[in-house]
Amino acid sequence: MGAILDVLKRPDFFELLRQHVLLSAVALVIGIAIALPVALAIRNTTLGAALAVNIGNIGRAVPSLAILALCQPFLGFGFDTALVALTALAIPPILINASTGLREVSRDVIDAARGMGLSGGQILTRIQLPIAAPVIFAGIRTSAVQVVASATLATFIGGGGLGNLIVEGTQRNDTAILLAGSLSVAVLAILTEVGFGALEKGMTPKGLKIAQKRGR
Amino acid sequence: MVDPGAFGLALLQDLSSIEEPRLIEWDWIRENFWEDIVPAIQGHIFLSFVSVAIALAISLPTGVLVSRYRKAYPPVTFVTGILYSIPSLALFGILISIPGITIGPTPVIIALVAYSLLVLIRNTVAGLDAVPAETIDAARGMGLTNRQILFKVEFPLALPVIVAGIRIATVTIIGIATIGAYIAAGGLGKMIFDGINRSFPTMIITGAVLATALAIFADLSLLALERHLRPWARRRRA
Repeated sequence: MGAILDVLKRPDFFELLRQHVLLSAVALVIGIAIALPVALAIRNTTLGAALAVNIGNIGRAVPSLAILALCQPFLGFGFDTALVALTALAIPPILINASTGLREVSRDVIDAARGMGLSGGQILTRIQLPIAAPVIFAGIRTSAVQVVASATLATFIGGGGLGNLIVEGTQRNDTAILLAGSLSVAVLAILTEVGFGALEKGMTPKGLKIAQKRGR
Repeated sequence: MVDPGAFGLALLQDLSSIEEPRLIEWDWIRENFWEDIVPAIQGHIFLSFVSVAIALAISLPTGVLVSRYRKAYPPVTFVTGILYSIPSLALFGILISIPGITIGPTPVIIALVAYSLLVLIRNTVAGLDAVPAETIDAARGMGLTNRQILFKVEFPLALPVIVAGIRIATVTIIGIATIGAYIAAGGLGKMIFDGINRSFPTMIITGAVLATALAIFADLSLLALERHLRPWARRRRA
């Protein structure tokens, strides 16, 4: 136990943690910035939605290690390559959820809003987005957890992050370093899951929460 | 004064002397097909299949139990949910730190089973929940025992949801199994890692493409199997 704490006190630990969080956060933000506008743009076209879901599903079948490894021959080793790969991994869950979430807003609700005199933009910002918010945030949570997990693999293409410690521990056959890396990655991933789960709950409009409770 | 023509020619020669690293060396694939590629596919199928089978053997009974004893459901999803969110490389690291567990297929299979539990148990419970109470009443009225109701009524009706869970678990497992090669579990991930270490894109691409193809193939096969196991759904569509 003490040996593990010693590793956490090493000066490079904080740097690796910083790299890991930076890689994940930037990839997630760029992923959202790409996936959300696309989902909004295709929200009214059947073909676009089918395309988004299919691309998303194929994206899910590609192993995350494969995406990181495939970027390496084209972009070389390093942080930036890992960032590109992680961004590619971040997009599918957000795209699928945002696209289906927006489409599943009931036709009747939108008709009612139109009948009340809301414009197209108002319907989007006041009706569709709030109703779809829990589904969209569930997608962002899935994406965030996946990106934090896959950032561990960045070490294999020289992208840094806490995966470096796991590799160091394995290569030197040092259980303390291996466990320090593994446990810190695990804690970071669980915190991400819990944190984004809370965010998801917080982003559910009050009216929807009441409806959900009644439904159960 | 440098002659621009000669300079251009020299530049051209210079460029052509740098050997263009080709992305796919088909010769390598041909030469190593039976020796390296096929065993890697077999190893990958073995890892994934054994893991899904063990996970099902645990999840189906657990799912039935927690759908009956509802109080046990939240703690079960909590624990399996935490297992699910631990990144695979970290879980491998934790497992091989345990005395008695060495690198190889064992820790990888344990981890892959752990990852499947959440979705398999959740879908088993959801599938059983969706069976209409009237159907179960009717079965009981016809004199079926509890065991018969479970195997002849509830499981067949819950099948689509359970198979949906198996499909998600299988695709996830085939993907994560590639990382298992890092702790000597073999499979297609070994080609990806070797390709990175030798700076040989052909191996990376072959491993990545085959792993993806295997995931898609398994997904579609399970979908077909599910259709086959539900003849009434086929009849209705026809």
